[in-house]
Amino acid sequence: MKPASFDYHRPDTLDEALELLNKYGEDAKLLAGGQSLVPAMNFRVVQPAVLIDLNSLRVMDFVRQNGGSLTIGAMTRERRLELDPLIASHLPLLTETMPDIAHPQIRNRGTLGGSLCHADPAAELPVIMLALGARLKARSIETERWIATPDFFKGLFTTDLAPGEILVEIEIPIMGPGIGWSFMEVAPRAGDYALMGVAAVVQLDEAGKCQQARLVYLNAGEGPLEAKTASQSLAGTDLDDSAIKSAAHIASQDEIQPFGNLHASAEFQRHLAYELTIRTLKKANARSGKDRLQ
Amino acid sequence: MTTTTSISLSVNGKSFERQVEARLLLSDFLRHELGLTGTHVGCEHGVCGACTIQLDREPVRSCLLFAIQAAGHSITTVEGLTDDRNHLHPIQQAFWEAHGLQCGYCTPGILMTMIPFLEQNPNPSEAEIRKALSGNLCRCTGYQHIVDAVSLAAQKMIAIQGDT
Repeated sequence: MKPASFDYHRPDTLDEALELLNKYGEDAKLLAGGQSLVPAMNFRVVQPAVLIDLNSLRVMDFVRQNGGSLTIGAMTRERRLELDPLIASHLPLLTETMPDIAHPQIRNRGTLGGSLCHADPAAELPVIMLALGARLKARSIETERWIATPDFFKGLFTTDLAPGEILVEIEIPIMGPGIGWSFMEVAPRAGDYALMGVAAVVQLDEAGKCQQARLVYLNAGEGPLEAKTASQSLAGTDLDDSAIKSAAHIASQDEIQPFGNLHASAEFQRHLAYELTIRTLKKANARSGKDRLQ
Repeated sequence: MTTTTSISLSVNGKSFERQVEARLLLSDFLRHELGLTGTHVGCEHGVCGACTIQLDREPVRSCLLFAIQAAGHSITTVEGLTDDRNHLHPIQQAFWEAHGLQCGYCTPGILMTMIPFLEQNPNPSEAEIRKALSGNLCRCTGYQHIVDAVSLAAQKMIAIQGDT
């Protein structure tokens, strides 16, 4: 198992990387952490003629607070997302999810931007970005644009990025007071791809009722899947057991589209989604600070 | 025609300079170019953990890095743990005493993963040890003796810290 030959470039600046990408177009692949691309190259499933290694662009490795948001560079390592104190205090859902992503040895290399651009429907980070309402900044030689998360994911391993574009940073609104959250997944072994996973975020109003909820699933379709009807069904409720069970039923039976695989039938994935939805919503509700409102 | 590039890097505290093809994996570079065959190659797609080394002191899969990416960096392999077979690293000594290996194929990757883990978690529970081992496959032992060995290594490393 050895990769096919390629020409290697390691630009020192983003402008240089954009010029290389513009020059080589679809013959080129961008190398971020390499924890998905390099296995695919080792199997020769992917054989890029040119590899543009972004690992010298340390200016794209950062976590910053800008008013009500955190901005995270696309080349920020997953291990940093797991340990960063700014993320822990403002985006606890992200902190909670990180240990479920592979192993520390993989997270030491893997990056936020790399995972998002790979757009694997079994991946956790696209789910979390959708659940938190992130937006993504793409650069090309001439332009710069922001893309909302739902517009970014276009299907299996497919994103909205044009051939000459590089994802440079991700902006995520800070999780304020009255927000409860939870992420849970079921995997055959620690660090494996999950059979099913759910992120639940709930926002309470001043009276302690659910103002807004968002349920997002992995391995439930061609990309991160938001169960919109189930989420909307929770608005205005007390997040009591019957509201939670009803939402779990709608999401798991009507909205998600699991494919089934070697380890789990689609039916079993729906069962997991039902149970995980109930558990994540209960935990999110318990964390929303409802007690403090009363 | 094959294009090669000159790279220089530090491995186990020594500097090396070599001509490499861009597609050469770091795992193959260590074994074939430097003769450091202690780093084992199992699955070559990041799952088994046998090829784990430390890049700038952090454990990473050497089969998922190209050697050319390691230019200018500092690598530690299992050969860097000791140069004297009569004075093993405490984790090696613990694996010896607790029978933490049978065929030994997975062992170097486990050692290179567990050392940073124990440095960050000096007194881990059995559950924490098992979680930390989850990225390294062993097909012989059933893991129990590996867990015992890591636990013993933790005690040895704490004792050494206490002495200094």
